[in-house]
Amino acid sequence: MNFGLSDEQELLQETVRRFLEERWPAQKLRALFDGSSGHDVDLWRAMSELGLLGLMVEEKAGGAGLELLDLALVAEVLGRFAAPGPFLGHSLATLALSLGGSGAQKERWLPRLASGEAIGTLALLEPGGGWDPADWHASLLSNGADLLISGEKLHVPAAEIADLFVVGLAGGGLALVERTSDGVRTEAIEAVDRTRRIGRVAFDRAAASLMSGGNEAAPRVRDAGLVLLAADAFGGASRCIERAVEYAKTRVQFGVTIGHFQSVKHQLANMAVEIEPARSLYWYAAHAFDHLPAESPRHAALAKAHLSDRFMQIARDTVEVHGGIGFTWECDVQIWYKRAMFDRAFLGTPAVHRERAARLAGW
Amino acid sequence: MDLRYSKEYEEYRREVRSFLEAHWPPSGDAAQGSSAEQASRFRALAIARGYVARSVPTGYGGSGQPPDVLKAVILGEEFGRARAPGDVRGIGASMLVPTLLEHGREDQKLRFVPPTIRGDMHWCQGYSEPGSGSDLASLKTRAELVQGEWVVNGQKIWTSGAQIAHYMFCLCRTEPEAPKHAGISYLLIDMASPGIDVRPLRQMTGTADFNEVFLTNVRVPGENIVGKRGEGWTVSRSTLKHERNMIGDAAGSRALFEGLVRLARETKRNGKRAIDDSEVRQQLATLEGYVLSHQYSGYRQLTQAARGKDAGITGMMNKLTSTNIGHSAAKLALDLLGDEGLCAPTHDARVMGQPPRGHGGWITQNMWSLGVAIAGGSANIQRNVIAERGLGLPRDFAAQRESSR
Repeated sequence: MNFGLSDEQELLQETVRRFLEERWPAQKLRALFDGSSGHDVDLWRAMSELGLLGLMVEEKAGGAGLELLDLALVAEVLGRFAAPGPFLGHSLATLALSLGGSGAQKERWLPRLASGEAIGTLALLEPGGGWDPADWHASLLSNGADLLISGEKLHVPAAEIADLFVVGLAGGGLALVERTSDGVRTEAIEAVDRTRRIGRVAFDRAAASLMSGGNEAAPRVRDAGLVLLAADAFGGASRCIERAVEYAKTRVQFGVTIGHFQSVKHQLANMAVEIEPARSLYWYAAHAFDHLPAESPRHAALAKAHLSDRFMQIARDTVEVHGGIGFTWECDVQIWYKRAMFDRAFLGTPAVHRERAARLAGW
Repeated sequence: MDLRYSKEYEEYRREVRSFLEAHWPPSGDAAQGSSAEQASRFRALAIARGYVARSVPTGYGGSGQPPDVLKAVILGEEFGRARAPGDVRGIGASMLVPTLLEHGREDQKLRFVPPTIRGDMHWCQGYSEPGSGSDLASLKTRAELVQGEWVVNGQKIWTSGAQIAHYMFCLCRTEPEAPKHAGISYLLIDMASPGIDVRPLRQMTGTADFNEVFLTNVRVPGENIVGKRGEGWTVSRSTLKHERNMIGDAAGSRALFEGLVRLARETKRNGKRAIDDSEVRQQLATLEGYVLSHQYSGYRQLTQAARGKDAGITGMMNKLTSTNIGHSAAKLALDLLGDEGLCAPTHDARVMGQPPRGHGGWITQNMWSLGVAIAGGSANIQRNVIAERGLGLPRDFAAQRESSR
């Protein structure tokens, strides 16, 4: 009975934390948030050098051969620092390929994805709405020996810079589409979370290749995504609380720091009690993905619903503790607030996943 | 991370199980006598095997085992499954015994610890007073040393089990001139002494699980003090540090939640089963997020304890977390009960850590969730502890004024 991290896992988190402390100071975050691309090439390269982009990729393809728990631990730290860029979509596209790609597809793409040389992303949602495989309509048609894809995908992470799209198909399968194919058009969507930009991708008879294990991989990739969002939410919410506590220890009103006031103390204590026990919920959901597959879909759904809800509320409370300054663009709290909005909506809102969890429990 | 137990512990579990199969429920000669006598004989056997009273040295009637949180969990699970009498519950074994082991004199340990862990001696706690709740150290019950005897006058409240207790461990003010915390002593009072009047205190549930205890010129032998005069506050802070079972609390929340799901299957909303109603499903799944977090946080704390690490702020949150879950369950249950919410609570339903039995039991749970929120450190005090000790925020104004006095 061991529900704790290994020394290696603790070291992994510590390494990423130190790395981001050095390489991702607040000024850079702010500049990126206000900038046009939402992607910091130097940071991406440095993450690649640390091996963070191929964590779950098999070793022979240049990855680290680790598990979702390890990846989620990294996602938590990235959430703490509001680290920007294509990490989430890239990790999920890479996992999709590992789980459902053919030998040739893996050989062509996994090493490049693991090194970060190519950026992958996940294109699921369509204009009609719905993240669930049953909601996908993009379709493949044969053109001689080739397959062509048509359809439109929304809110695709890093759509403007991705090299490879893993696309959800009618019937619940997955296809690979390369950005350079004719008939692929991308367009930025003004994103609320400017650390994780999104876009619209239109496929008009673009060359595609079907992933042979796509139907089996799709729900697993969804579950992994839910766990990564839950982990990100935990990291972000924890950072919000730290900021709120720091502020309460320094902001003076009525001649004392506001942390003296019981109303503020209790609000902060409530925020901490809302989030801290849920660390173990995302750990468990990740562990279930890795080792207890029967429990995985339901735990992933509940972890995402619970943690993204908690993060949103904690971000709201953090603004409130800061008072007027918390409502401004210059106060960094808004960045985490918007991360919370992303974590809440991406791959489906808490209500959607609670209903799924209810069905999965046989209620 | 691996939620299975290692071979060594699985072997231990088998050993415990076969012991229980052989000895509980008792048969033959062991089945003679009252159920209390049977339990007492069984406990003696279990102590000899090192399964019960593990943290109490053998010299005081315990089994003196080295701390092992995983063994403690296995014992809890297996004894629970067999419904066998394990560690004596109650405030005597959980609070007085560790206090005596840490601060008591040899003669006190020899006299009080063995009968308490056998379940033969019952205790009640004389801490709270009508004017001293969260601010316990403001207590006023006086004890004056007169010709070698303490003469105690005052009133205690919220005293569970006072009507059946043999003894009370009691905080009394013995040094009225000393600063608040330094004027208190820890006395052991025989409940059969003249001058003690126990009056049941009826709660909103209609039952009386607590009492008020009035002490009028109660004479207590001078030797019945634990620790020195004026050190009672420190003495009373001893807690059970050994083998705390971090999972037990969350298991109660889990059982409560499963009871709610059953209730939602049995009740109707808008003409269909409540569990088919989308709002009910949302509410249940929302609550389950908290319940699972609590449960797995317990696993994590257990692992930390097994590794000899302190759980830090997480450990400070357990009570508030289960309180919050209790409140949510109370509200949801009342919604599910609908018209049945007009009926009075049924009184047989309050078994701590068990889901309520019958629909009337949920009315009882509804009210008891408030009792739980208050007893043993109210929710607002828990928030102070988390904010001050956990998050490092400044201490309360009142507490600051006092400590600078």
